[in-house]
Amino acid sequence: MDKFTCLRAIAAPLPMNNIDTDMIIPQHHLTTIKRTGLGIHAFSSIRYHDDGTEREDFVLNKPACRSAEILITGANFGCGSSREHAPWALKDFGIKCIIAPSFADIFYGNCFKNAILPIILPQKTIDLLLDDADSGANAIITVDLEQQQITGPDGGVVSFEVDPYRRHCLLNGLDDIDLTLEKQDIIRDYEAARRLTQPWLFKD
Amino acid sequence: MRTTLYDKLWHSHIVEQQSDGTCLIYIDRHIIHEVTSPQAFEGLRLAGRALAHAGSMLAVPDHNVPTGADRATAVNAADSQLQLDTLAENCQAFGVDYIPMLDPRQGIVHIVGPEQGFTLPGMTIVCGDSHTSTHGAFGALAFGIGTSEVEHVMATRTLVLKRQKNMRIEVSGALGAGVTAKDIALAVIGKIGTAGGSGHVIEFTGSAVRALTMEGRMTLCNMSIEAGARSGLIAPDQVTFDYVMGRPQSPKGAAFEQAVAYWKTLISDEGAHYDKEIFLKAEDIIPQVTWGTSPEHVLPITGVVPAADGDARIARALDYIGLTPGTKLQDIAIDRVFIGSCTNGRIEDIRAAVAVVRGRKVNKNVVAWVVPGSGLVKLQAEEEGLDQILIRAGFDWREPGCSMCLAMNADKLEPGERCAATSNRNFEGRQGKGGRTHLMSPAMAAAAAITGHITDVREL
Repeated sequence: MDKFTCLRAIAAPLPMNNIDTDMIIPQHHLTTIKRTGLGIHAFSSIRYHDDGTEREDFVLNKPACRSAEILITGANFGCGSSREHAPWALKDFGIKCIIAPSFADIFYGNCFKNAILPIILPQKTIDLLLDDADSGANAIITVDLEQQQITGPDGGVVSFEVDPYRRHCLLNGLDDIDLTLEKQDIIRDYEAARRLTQPWLFKD
Repeated sequence: MRTTLYDKLWHSHIVEQQSDGTCLIYIDRHIIHEVTSPQAFEGLRLAGRALAHAGSMLAVPDHNVPTGADRATAVNAADSQLQLDTLAENCQAFGVDYIPMLDPRQGIVHIVGPEQGFTLPGMTIVCGDSHTSTHGAFGALAFGIGTSEVEHVMATRTLVLKRQKNMRIEVSGALGAGVTAKDIALAVIGKIGTAGGSGHVIEFTGSAVRALTMEGRMTLCNMSIEAGARSGLIAPDQVTFDYVMGRPQSPKGAAFEQAVAYWKTLISDEGAHYDKEIFLKAEDIIPQVTWGTSPEHVLPITGVVPAADGDARIARALDYIGLTPGTKLQDIAIDRVFIGSCTNGRIEDIRAAVAVVRGRKVNKNVVAWVVPGSGLVKLQAEEEGLDQILIRAGFDWREPGCSMCLAMNADKLEPGERCAATSNRNFEGRQGKGGRTHLMSPAMAAAAAITGHITDVREL
């Protein structure tokens, strides 16, 4: 997996609550057997007109935000389905970090699996960052996962919390399947004990 | 220490606990479908990894199977067909139990699992689909996962997880006539919001929950995710054991007795601690209908469409749904009816719809569909003659699948069409670009099909 250590990039404001996974990637783009190539469809229902041309009023279509790598958004971001196509689409577009007051649980977990850092901050802090982000291309902020700090365009610093295990995996680009496979012996022991206490769970 | 049902399920599945609380959790059952599994199989292949335990898995195509009568010969969209073919090929290559589209047992994964006895109390159950919460109705810890986690379970039979918080929602008393599990679910979401259960597992308790059938309990747990909770739970009891007994994959004879003895221990201790508790009275719940573009945009059927009052999200919802504040919900005319989905596609749901429809006709302005949740639900309904009543009334009686709940294939609304739906999400575009969804119970959707507008089924 890609590492996430420190990111200095443009932050785009998308101040809407309850942005659901259908909005991030509509269902008719889920008929793929690949993880890649979904960036062009990210937010398609609010990003494009019916004829496929771009909507000028959508933030990621604005010249200042076309190369944004950070999204600053509203509460309960990513609610709805478990589709990992949502973070895949965002990643393919170029988004590497999402800052919101809260996230839906499944989406939040899916981000870490794709080297996207979701950061939870209080609404008041988000409001300040949104003000910065509204200044367009000037809104370059730095997200330092090592230090767990965000530095705004004016040099103001905000700290954030992140789960230590997930932080460790992101900083080192670790694939957690490899980490778990190192524990095969204890998984086998657990399963052997389970076969004795709850034999009806095993068909073979 | 007094512990909750969730605590018990969690602790009994810990393979290893790290000092920061991160746990390696054993997964008993893994269900897959065609949309969220191909990339996981591809990941296994690319990394040269084996499937840890094919015997704990079940595969069923559901999201984009055609549901027309001609499904055996229907030409699917090329990309949809590729997903279906890829699932079949992967299951064959990795030795996973696979129920093909034309098998009578095929259906929506969350309906097939319980029907087959694949879902049992006390298990951990995962699937790359958020409505995996449905299986919590059996007192199993069941939750939706992303495709990377699907791959993790395939490779290791475990997941790396942090413990969730405990939330309890008690519904006391008895539901009135015409009020169902769906109305409880919507009323709960109306009360706590779509993020109300975030970070929590919701255990549903109380006499109104105990009185529900397994079908009703599945409807309630199914929509835990719309309340923000990855899992819902109901402690297993005799209703559960009776449902499980005799299913193809459930334990038999002495093994069943041994299992039941264990399952009876799966209850929250008296006085166990919950981080959040919500109390509802069943008598206060009347039929519920959504008016907007989030499941929390819900009101009792006697309500009126609210005003935005400066709230940008509500203004946007009103604009999308095409309704004027102050409109009575019962005055909203509809174009389509969709009865089905993993929320309300079970036999009891079809019986409830038929009870309303019997001797009546679908309104001439309405196109109404019933999509059974599985082939076995369809067969059962046909044995009871329910299909004929629906067809005579003017309903389209279809083949099983997810269909117009998420509108991945040809089953969708046209822009501007308004639908009374028994599914679970009314997001913008959920049932088709520009489509407008009003969530409600099967009885309420059937009533709307008859009158042509949203209707209080209690008055029909």
